[in-house]
Amino acid sequence: MKTNDVILQTTTKLIFFIIFLFSIHIFFAGHYTPGGGFVGGLLTASGIVLLLLAFDLKTVTTALPINYTVMTAVGLLLAIATAAGSIFFNVPFFTHAFDYFELPLLGKQSLHTAMLFDTGVYLVVVGVTMTIIQSIGADD
Amino acid sequence: MINLLLFPILIPFLFASILLLFPKNRLAQRWITFGTLLLTLFVTFVLLFKVKADGIQAITLGSWPAPFGISMVSDMLSVLLVLSSTLITLIVVWYSFSFIDRDRESYFYYPGILFMLTGVNGAFTTGDIFNMFVFFEVLLMSSYLLIVLGGEKIQLRESIKYILVNVISSALFVVTVAYLYSVIGTLNMADISVKIAEVNQPGIITVIAVLFLMVFGLKGAIFPLYFWLPSSYAAPPIPVLALFGALLTKVGVYAIMRTYTLFFTLDQAFTHELLMILAILTIVAGSIGALAYFDVKKIIIYNIIIAVGVILFGASQMNEPALMGSVFYLIHDILIKGALFLLIGIIIAITGTSDLRKMGGLIKTYPTLGWTYLIAAFGLAGIPPLSGFVGKLLIVQGGFEADNLWGSIFILASSLVVLLSVIRIFIYAFWGEPVKVQMLSSSVYRGLFIPAVVLVGISVLYGVGSEWLVPFMSDASNVMLDPTIYIKAVLGGA
Amino acid sequence: MEIIMSFVIGFLFMAAVYLMLSKSLLRIIIGTGLLSHGAHLLLLTMGGLDGDAPPVVSPGVSNYADPLPQALILTAIVISFGVTAFFLVLAYRSYQELETDNMNLMRGTEDHD
Repeated sequence: MKTNDVILQTTTKLIFFIIFLFSIHIFFAGHYTPGGGFVGGLLTASGIVLLLLAFDLKTVTTALPINYTVMTAVGLLLAIATAAGSIFFNVPFFTHAFDYFELPLLGKQSLHTAMLFDTGVYLVVVGVTMTIIQSIGADD
Repeated sequence: MINLLLFPILIPFLFASILLLFPKNRLAQRWITFGTLLLTLFVTFVLLFKVKADGIQAITLGSWPAPFGISMVSDMLSVLLVLSSTLITLIVVWYSFSFIDRDRESYFYYPGILFMLTGVNGAFTTGDIFNMFVFFEVLLMSSYLLIVLGGEKIQLRESIKYILVNVISSALFVVTVAYLYSVIGTLNMADISVKIAEVNQPGIITVIAVLFLMVFGLKGAIFPLYFWLPSSYAAPPIPVLALFGALLTKVGVYAIMRTYTLFFTLDQAFTHELLMILAILTIVAGSIGALAYFDVKKIIIYNIIIAVGVILFGASQMNEPALMGSVFYLIHDILIKGALFLLIGIIIAITGTSDLRKMGGLIKTYPTLGWTYLIAAFGLAGIPPLSGFVGKLLIVQGGFEADNLWGSIFILASSLVVLLSVIRIFIYAFWGEPVKVQMLSSSVYRGLFIPAVVLVGISVLYGVGSEWLVPFMSDASNVMLDPTIYIKAVLGGA
Repeated sequence: MEIIMSFVIGFLFMAAVYLMLSKSLLRIIIGTGLLSHGAHLLLLTMGGLDGDAPPVVSPGVSNYADPLPQALILTAIVISFGVTAFFLVLAYRSYQELETDNMNLMRGTEDHD
């Protein structure tokens, strides 16, 4: 059945970017306040799901040609590599390091290896959620 | 290398993540998995000798001080179990090369196995009760993948029940951890062991102990919580069944042994008595099942349940011979169940059925298979000098020392039932009128038979060399008898 | 507050058990979802509901909430999210394959094979 979903499609084109930006914001907010990779990942995934609802699977895969299994694997590797970095310094696994840096534009900021771990979590969450949704949504 | 004890968890995890990147390259999947497991096995051997030489290895993640961070603890019991799990996984993967079809291989079969090993090794190594829940979930999630992989009708149907049971037991696990946390105020197992005596609330602690018994009993298949196991385990292909049968129930059994020796030791007259009664009922229920079926898979599956009962009976006695016997028997059972499943897998592949009544006369066409099976069967029943003997002897001795005559007699009687049930397979499948079989091509047959023979050989060595293994086993049982060793290793000097 | 929470948890468990005892697979999955919600709320309540401030160190605050149950619940939520998602996919696949979502027809005894 062909439905006329012009309103949904037009708003989605706009809203998707807002959701995506908000998810990035939440992701970085996790540094000191509630938020982080898991919530950010879920938000991004929900944005992509909105795209899937408004358009069909084929259009979205052409627009975002991402293999979500690979994304999951990369996320897992990033997370484990960050945590395993401590092995090379012979300190207990998962020990993180941080320091303060002067960054251009942003001024003095602390950079923390937990951020890398969280990026891994983010990728895993988006990857797993999208794999699940695609595997249900792939056939009608 | 203070992180050494984490390597048996990290190596499979790392390589499983790498394998996710190229699922379609079957050759690479196979050999990377095999190499990973060899590496893990090597590291575990190094760890074994380090634990033997230097005592318990403990580390608290993230450099937190001990009771606050997540502790990982590798004592002799856990390192022995990690070693045997890795070994059995290695051999099952070798067997899978010739058994598992292309579709499964290119649909994350090997990463699934490696993730499951990560969970199993983690559950054996962790020293934190909530972290144990997490590792349980890791191994369960991978087992969900493995049980449903292939998508046959029976697999889909049975995996729904398997997942449902495990979801409920996971929820119960969270509830139980919540109770424990509200009473004790800590989740570090060594710290719980210290504080549980201080809070002095025996009634609530006993309730929590029984709840834990239910949680782990669902995973470990004790009476009456084993109901889901036989039909679920019969659904997936043989290598997966071998892994599940050898490892997953043992994780539950290990968790019961750990919690019941480390912290629920205050009201032994109730908790350990209950454990003993349930263990004996488990043996009885398993024995009935093992004799009732004509399906080879079901017969061996019910033998898992009998073994769980025997091990837990030993654990409930709380004296040195019985605990040492439990450790002996636990590892024996991992090896021999794996071997038996691999062997009946070959029988099923040859005859094309798992119904005993449709088999016969295989000894004429496959004599070596028959004799190997007979050795494994005798090993399972515990005929000296094979591997089951020492463990059972020590458990029975411990039972007599603790004045539990009837329990010990049940154990001895169960050996006869076990022997009868596995010999029935031998008689039906190998003797009698030969039925028409499809000959396996010799390369496939060798690919299946050699791993099985290697595993049977290892189990025979385990039985014959048990004298040499005694120092390791007594190290393992000493920690269970005297929790202060464990506490000291985790929390430091106190 | 603990009393209200206990009632909520009890109600969630009750609804979960009711749903899980029905025959339809989808209801069972919703039931497991409610069950894990109940378990998570219980974990929160058992950890203690006192403590006014979020567990982030800030000047002039001493009555922090206990951060541990929150961390545990987050972990448990993530896990139950994953399991429920997997379960839904599985239920969908088996509905396609077995052409039923009625657990009575999925017994797997000889006559239903």
